[in-house]
Amino acid sequence: MSIEILMPALSPTMEEGTLARWLVREGDVVKAGQVIAEIETDKATMEFEAVDEGKVGRILVPEGTAGVKVNSPIAVLLDEGEDASSVAAQPSSAPPAAAQPSAAPPAVAQPAASGGEVPFPLGSKAAPAAAAAPAPASGWPHADLPEGAATKTMTVREALREAMAEEMRRDPTVFLMGEEVGEYQGAYKISQGLLDEFGPGRVIDTPITEHGFAGIAVGASWGGLRPILEFMTFNFAMQAMDHIVNSAAKTLYMSGGQMGSPIVFRGPNGAAARVAAQHSQDYAAWYAHVPGLKVCMPFSAADAKGLLKTAIRDPNPVVFLENEILYGRSFEVPADPDFTIPFGKASIWRAGTDVTLVSFGIGMTHAIAAADELAREGISAEIVNLRTLRPIDYDTVIASVMKTNRCVTVEEGFPVGAIGNHIAAVIMQRAFDHLDAPVLNCTGKDVPMPYAANLEKLALTTTAEIVSAVRQVTYR
Amino acid sequence: MARKPASAAAGTKAAALPNVSRDDLLKYYRDMLLIRRFEEKAGQLYGMGLIGGFCHLYIGQEAVVVGLEAAAEPGDKRITSYRDHGHMLACGMDPRGVMAELTGRIGGYSKGKGGSMHMFSKERHFYGGHGIVGAQVPLGAGLAFADRYLGNGRVTFTYFGDGAANQGQVYETYNMAELWDLPVVFVIENNQYAMGTSVKRSTKSVTLYGRGLAYGIPGEQVDGMDVLAVKAAGERAVAHCRAGKGPYILEVMTYRYRGHSMSDPAKYRTREEVEKMRSERDAIDHVRDLLLTGGHASEEDLKAIDREIKDIVNDAAEFARQSPEPPLEELWTDVYA
Repeated sequence: MSIEILMPALSPTMEEGTLARWLVREGDVVKAGQVIAEIETDKATMEFEAVDEGKVGRILVPEGTAGVKVNSPIAVLLDEGEDASSVAAQPSSAPPAAAQPSAAPPAVAQPAASGGEVPFPLGSKAAPAAAAAPAPASGWPHADLPEGAATKTMTVREALREAMAEEMRRDPTVFLMGEEVGEYQGAYKISQGLLDEFGPGRVIDTPITEHGFAGIAVGASWGGLRPILEFMTFNFAMQAMDHIVNSAAKTLYMSGGQMGSPIVFRGPNGAAARVAAQHSQDYAAWYAHVPGLKVCMPFSAADAKGLLKTAIRDPNPVVFLENEILYGRSFEVPADPDFTIPFGKASIWRAGTDVTLVSFGIGMTHAIAAADELAREGISAEIVNLRTLRPIDYDTVIASVMKTNRCVTVEEGFPVGAIGNHIAAVIMQRAFDHLDAPVLNCTGKDVPMPYAANLEKLALTTTAEIVSAVRQVTYR
Repeated sequence: MARKPASAAAGTKAAALPNVSRDDLLKYYRDMLLIRRFEEKAGQLYGMGLIGGFCHLYIGQEAVVVGLEAAAEPGDKRITSYRDHGHMLACGMDPRGVMAELTGRIGGYSKGKGGSMHMFSKERHFYGGHGIVGAQVPLGAGLAFADRYLGNGRVTFTYFGDGAANQGQVYETYNMAELWDLPVVFVIENNQYAMGTSVKRSTKSVTLYGRGLAYGIPGEQVDGMDVLAVKAAGERAVAHCRAGKGPYILEVMTYRYRGHSMSDPAKYRTREEVEKMRSERDAIDHVRDLLLTGGHASEEDLKAIDREIKDIVNDAAEFARQSPEPPLEELWTDVYA
């Protein structure tokens, strides 16, 4: 019986990759442990070893193919006595995904209402953007930009990298510091290529010592520099919490305005996939609690680029909460190198009339999926993408709620003391008479993140819960 | 008290003043006396309820900061813990502004919003005043990181106590400071008590400067009751840093006469121990003896300095009482730049 070699998952969040190179040919005999291919993920190029022995009967996916789904067959090993012709006739258990651009579902790819933003194409970086993205609607890509401004398709990862590179070119006091940002090219490849361009004096690898290097970076910000401090994930920033809060956020106040801390703390935040409780926490509400900090939580690549450039230029400490799952997603981004997004300005991602969904960061993916499903039921949801959590754009939220009279908030963080709790309180204070239903909060569950796949899915906010909450507040 | 025999006071009472001029010695006397009288006044104002919260006095440790300031050049930086009044006065900050901050008035260095533990002066390159034990150590290394990045030849004095020396972030910082050759002098002010816990009750590794050797950082123990010994050690440390050789550790053996803070009942040491230090090892008396026995100053000269210092401190106290409380709008300012 022949053995199918399947496309491997090489990281917790990998869904597909590029089969960069085959190191064996049809007819070669391979041993277990032999490197047979090189596979490129969005984070790295990895060697792929054979698990079984045998003769390579057929190569199903040619080298250079992008967008190969995890677990799809890429080659067939023959048992003794089998020959390639028997394999050729055998239908594969799944078609090679290679040639198929993963087009965005039609419901998601609908053009935005006037003045809104086009929903992100769910397709991968490799998917042809032209095929997946809808025709630009009026006002696209950003209400702040003149009509018809040029855009380019890029991933959140590329947008973050471009924002840093542009700001480092603009200002020699800007530098990047963190674990694996330099020679490794970034644990999540956000800093890929920056070491080559800016050198080891400005792209600085640190030992694994968050408490210490956070303090050093804050001190450097007092000494005339503008550090960008990358935490490999914000889970590890808890070790540095004292310097983020006590040293960075409070010093301007404690010094009577003499000494500020122009520093950006950035990195992935929240749940990735299957990394369990200690590596899967959303810190949005924690940092949003602290006066003296500014807090960003971008969703799209345009958010990521525009907000990160604003963060680097800001004279205050900024906590910039990214998301590993969003890194590889593509969006349209204004091509103008001076494009920035001001803090405290939400965007209306999609206009609607029946309910306001308030979300930010990865929560937006659930909000958008729920809005699509609700649209099929005839419920029109307006989606407010907060983008910054300190300051929060209350006015945009209140204006939307005054129009729709109903609100559901969506986030992945814990439910007690959530951002949604706060939004609900502000709506109650400022728009009580406009509400036709209580504000409901969709959040992560009040448990540490479990490892098991089914439990993990349940622990996060789900689209079904948002749809159900909207039905409740619209009395459907 | 652990001490290097070579720096015992007995040998230094000579007419000749090695490596120091009469004027410099008078300046050290004056600077140390200013700190002592200022702190005594602060203690008095605290007792009158004019200073609130925590107030950590530097009395007894004056030679440490005065000796190290003598080794500093203009533009060098300093950062320390919450026992910070002495450091501010020694680097030339205005006693009025310091005292008014202690009383929480608008005339204080932080407009009354920082208090005793949180004062800063960018003009004098004083970066605080930090209330979290040990936090100033990586922050100080960060200042040195900026200086190295900018290539400006400056050195940062990062002060911390024997208590902070057991904080993990100190060793994270040692590692990176040596790795990156940061121009930082780590000054361990070993006053022998972390609040009420003596060094030997908190560690078996009582030679604190030696801990840097694990990271490749040279260091030495210094007699912190001898301002000239401190200055000489400071000059060695600064030369090392300025030569691009990375950090240097000075463990300065000193003693605080007062409690950890104003509310310290001091049950952890005997009255006799404190009295013995005051009478036998006092840093100000030591310089006074050098000046008088060497014939470099008369009793009258020193009395004139005493009067001058008393006037400065009284003026600062008066300013700190008269300066208004911050206007209520100040609650909302300086949160963001």
